This record gives sequence, structure tokens and C-alpha cells, in this order.
Amino acid sequence: MLIFAYGNPSRGDDALGPALLDEIQQIAAHTRLAFELEFLSDFQLQIEHATDLHRHDRVLLIDACAETTMEQAWRFSVLSPDTSTAYTTHAMSPQQLLGVYQQVYGKSAPPVFMLALRGQLFNLGEPLSEQAQIDLQQASRFCWQLLQQPDLQVWLDLAAK
Amino acid sequence: MIKITIDPVSRVEGHGKITLQQNEQLEITQARFQIAEFRGFEKFIQGRPYWEAPVLVQRLCGICPVSHHLAAAKAMDQLVGVDQIPPTAEKIRRLMHFGQVLQSHALHFFHLSSPDLLFGYDDEVRHRNIVGVINDYPELARQGVLLRKYGQEVIRITSGKRVHGTGAIPGGVNKNLSVAERNSLQQDIDQIVDWAESSVELMKQIFLHQAEWQKNFATIDTHMLSLTGQGGALELYDGTLRACDRDGKVIFDQQSCDDYLDLINEHIESWSYMKFPFLKTLGVEQGWYRVGPLARINNCDFIRTPLAEQQRQIFKSQQSDGKPVQATLAYHWARLIELLYCAESIRELLDDGDLLGDELTAQGEMRLKGIGVIEAPRGTLFHHYEVDEQGLITRANLIVSTTHNNQAMNESIRRVAQDSLSGQELTEPLLNQLEVAIRAYDPCLSCATHALGQMPLQVDLLDAAGKLQSRKYKQAGN
Repeated sequence: MLIFAYGNPSRGDDALGPALLDEIQQIAAHTRLAFELEFLSDFQLQIEHATDLHRHDRVLLIDACAETTMEQAWRFSVLSPDTSTAYTTHAMSPQQLLGVYQQVYGKSAPPVFMLALRGQLFNLGEPLSEQAQIDLQQASRFCWQLLQQPDLQVWLDLAAK
Repeated sequence: MIKITIDPVSRVEGHGKITLQQNEQLEITQARFQIAEFRGFEKFIQGRPYWEAPVLVQRLCGICPVSHHLAAAKAMDQLVGVDQIPPTAEKIRRLMHFGQVLQSHALHFFHLSSPDLLFGYDDEVRHRNIVGVINDYPELARQGVLLRKYGQEVIRITSGKRVHGTGAIPGGVNKNLSVAERNSLQQDIDQIVDWAESSVELMKQIFLHQAEWQKNFATIDTHMLSLTGQGGALELYDGTLRACDRDGKVIFDQQSCDDYLDLINEHIESWSYMKFPFLKTLGVEQGWYRVGPLARINNCDFIRTPLAEQQRQIFKSQQSDGKPVQATLAYHWARLIELLYCAESIRELLDDGDLLGDELTAQGEMRLKGIGVIEAPRGTLFHHYEVDEQGLITRANLIVSTTHNNQAMNESIRRVAQDSLSGQELTEPLLNQLEVAIRAYDPCLSCATHALGQMPLQVDLLDAAGKLQSRKYKQAGN
């Protein structure tokens, strides 16, 4: 399984994804898991990341989320290809990434799940906000429980909640 | 006066807003494109040791970190008193930069602009996106991904890491290429050159198919600024500054980048965070200019590599009077000529034994000021640093490519609105066309932005008193 976190470590809460990935990597180094994990971190999604999804039977994406309406520290969902188009010239949605995957490999991407982490402050040079640090611990606990569950249906059920 | 506001808001820094101003005759008198430039950089970098700069600046931008990395490294060369880095170091850096420009241009064409170009600007938005390209031109979309992947691999190998490597250091680089690394890049380079050549051919066909429309859409007559190399060659990594006027006549040439403050000034407007650079000799009103692929291909006298040079000549022949090609949509064509130039240059460099050399750095006497200038994918990028006696950064000044094109983008938007806005009604095709005009410049609006939390496009029509007349709301995907 691939765990792919993205975000800029130097932009406040945008660092949430890479920070959670660091925690998972540290724990995984000393723990036997139901999955063989591969880790990837980047600043933002790009089309070539479609090639990183290849040869994995499951993918977990982790990203900070700027939605101010999020009530929980995290939101877990399953992704499907989408045709959304963006005004911004360089942003790419995870759903678009799945569409690119289909083209490159001529088949559907493996199941891709999204763990969105609530972020609030994204200023350059700022560390994680206090709230984000608290949220990170909650998300870390959830993520760790998730990684104890090899059954895909369990993940799908959790994503549907 | 009537103001029309288009306010697409996206995450962190992708915030942009267009305000159009009409007079009583409903002519567009002004267009203001506001985007949030990265702020706080000076605070971020001040007090840091100079040698950290090439790594730190990469965190400014998730799109062209290598350009910032190399521009900062060039400035650091000056700080450590090195005027000429060893051949191995320079060629490794050039290779890295070619990889960066190749992957950036590939992303822009295959992912961002090809839907506009292939389907036309009035096509349904839901179709006119990358998924549409995938469905209708499957091979093209695949090539785009693999070209991009190849460029990233060049960056990984030359910088030591896939993301934000540390390859360039003050005075040189910290690694050369191993034989295995060189061989791995050589395996695919012929294919990359072929794809790049095909993409230029496709772009040429698209442009010539609707030549009159392509030449007029969002077109403005501007001066152009770029680096050029020896003899006036197209140059992306290092060179001297050349500016040409609207007719292609030289305003200045072979000017050292160290003297940029004598040549360029920046104007501030109260309504924008972005500055407005202008050529000092021409002043604020007349001195604004364009940078990037269009400026570079127009300004240079030749391209060193044969296939790209052949394409440059065809490109230039579009303007029979010898003047610059001013069509804004010709940015796309120029960009792909550069893509081909990068692919050919990578192939050429991979045959150069200096890439495997051992002399990686040079040393000199410490100085207190360093200026590094590079041609980033979107245009000329200036990095200027000053340090104290302890080597801590006391001042930093950056002029990024999108800033140079600030006024030009406003003018292109105004041109589109003037040509296409009828009455006071904002229409979906008009919004699409405004976006197409902006996209031609490939502005970097989204440093470190992602799609999560992305906001929809909102369009407001205000009257002279600021009262909202109408609002158009465009959800992503609609």
C-alpha cells in the first residue's frame, strides 16, 4: 500500500500531511503491520503522481484541508474519478489524478482513500498552529487504527460514515 | 462607471480576482487582475545563513522549486566569491534546469492548455479539461504524463532527491552523475525528443488552422525582456539581459544581470499586492513588458539545437515584417519550441563526459551581495541577497516571472473583455475566454495550493455606486 502525503512543510498547517506521514513512518519502522507500506511525500499533486499509484493495491492520500466548516479534525473518504476543472492553473485534484491514471494504464486506479486534515493557518514560515497540533494527534490515532485493518470493506465502511 | 468582478478563490495562494471597468459607453477602460503574491518571504529568509537559501527558497513554490533553487544558488556563487563554477557543476545545473523547464512546459501544454487548444474555447467546460483530452486524445495525454515524469527524473538524479533536492550549493554542486544514472536517462531521451517534436508540430497546426483568430485573441503589443546567450542564442540558465521594443528594436542588450536595478524598477499600485516592473528608460506608463517563452523566442537570434531552431524559424516567419510575434496565444507555440530545445539539450548534455567529472565546487573570497538571474519556465527570475559579515541574510529581493507579466496580463484581459463582452452581461464563454487569456501566460498563482478546500468561481457585476447588479457563480466542474 502507498501512503502519499502532500503539503508544504513551511506553510503552517499545510505541513499537516507530511507531519502525519513522518509519525506513521516512525511507528511503522518498529511495528509489524497488516500492510507492506511505501511512503511518498510531495508539495502538491501533479500528473506524474499517477505513476506512483501503479503497482499498489491500495492508496491512502493525506492532505491538509482549508475548509473552515470541518467539524472534526479529519475526514476520511474514498475517491472516484471526477471531471472537475479548476481555475487555478496548477492545482490538481486527487480525483483528476485518478483520471490520469486510467489513461496511462488503461484501467481503473486501485482503491484510493483520502484522509483530509483540518487546517486553519497557512502562512509562509509559520509552524503548525496549536489547533493543528492537537488535530494531528487525533488524526494519527485514527490513521493507526486504519492501518490495523487489512480488510478493504472495513475501509469502505469507514469512508461511508 | 460599472465594475465587473470575477473572483475565483482557491486555497492558500491561488486567490485571484478580475475587475473590469466600463465607461458609460460600455467600453472596457481598465482590467485589474489581482493575485496574491507570496508575502512574508523577506521575514522568512532574514537572519538565515546564506547557504540555506537554495534549499529554503524551494519552499516558496511547489511548481518551479528548481528555478528558485538555481537562481538562489547562482546568487550564492557570488556571495562566496565564485564567478565561474567548474564545468561539471555548470553542466549538472544546466541539466537540472533543462529537466525543470521540460517538465513544467509539458505540464502546461498537456495538462493545462491542451484542452483549450484542442477543443476550442467555446466548448463545454465539463469536456474542456484534462479528462476530455484523455478521452479524445489518449496518446497525447499519456505522452504528457511521461514527458513530465522524465523531467522529474532528470531533477531527481541531478539534485539527489525527487522533491526539493540539494544539488546546487554555493560555488557548485554536491554531486555529479554516475555512469548508471547517465545511462538510465539516455535510455528514453530519443523518445522524449520525438514526443517533444510532435507536440510542436501539433501546436503549429492548431495555431495555423485558426491563424487570424489565434493572432488576435488577447493580443497586445509589448516590449519583451529575456536573457540571451553568446551571439544572441536562446539561453535559459545564464546570460545577459536583452530588452526589445514592440517593433523588435533593441532597447538594451548584453547588460549584466548584476546591473538589473539600473534597468528595471518596480511600481506599486494600491489595489494590488503585486508590483509592476517597468524598464527604467521608458517609465511606468510605457515601460511594461512581457517575459517567458514568447519573449525568449522573439528576443533570441537563434537556437543552438537544430530541431528547435528549425521550429523557431517557422514561428518567426508568421510575422513577415520581421517584427516580434505578439499573439498572446503564441506563448503556447513558443513554449513547445522551448520544450523541444530542452529535450535536445538534455540529449546533447548526456553525451558530455563532464557530467561525470569530480571537480564539483570552486571557492573564492566572501562578498556581501549576490544576484542570481535565471530564465524560469514562466520568465526571467531575479534573486538578490545581501548578507552581513557572519553570512546571515539581511535583505532579499525577488522578482518572479508572473510579476513581470503583471501589466501584460491586465492588458490581455482588457483586450478580451473589450472584444467579447457585450452590454453588461457576463456569460460563460466570456469567463472561459478570460481564463484562456490568463492561462496563456502560465502564471504561477497556486504556489503550494491543492484542490482540497477549493472555492468556486464567483462573478460580480457592480454598478458605479458599488451596488451588486448580478452575480455569476461557477462551481468547479460546471
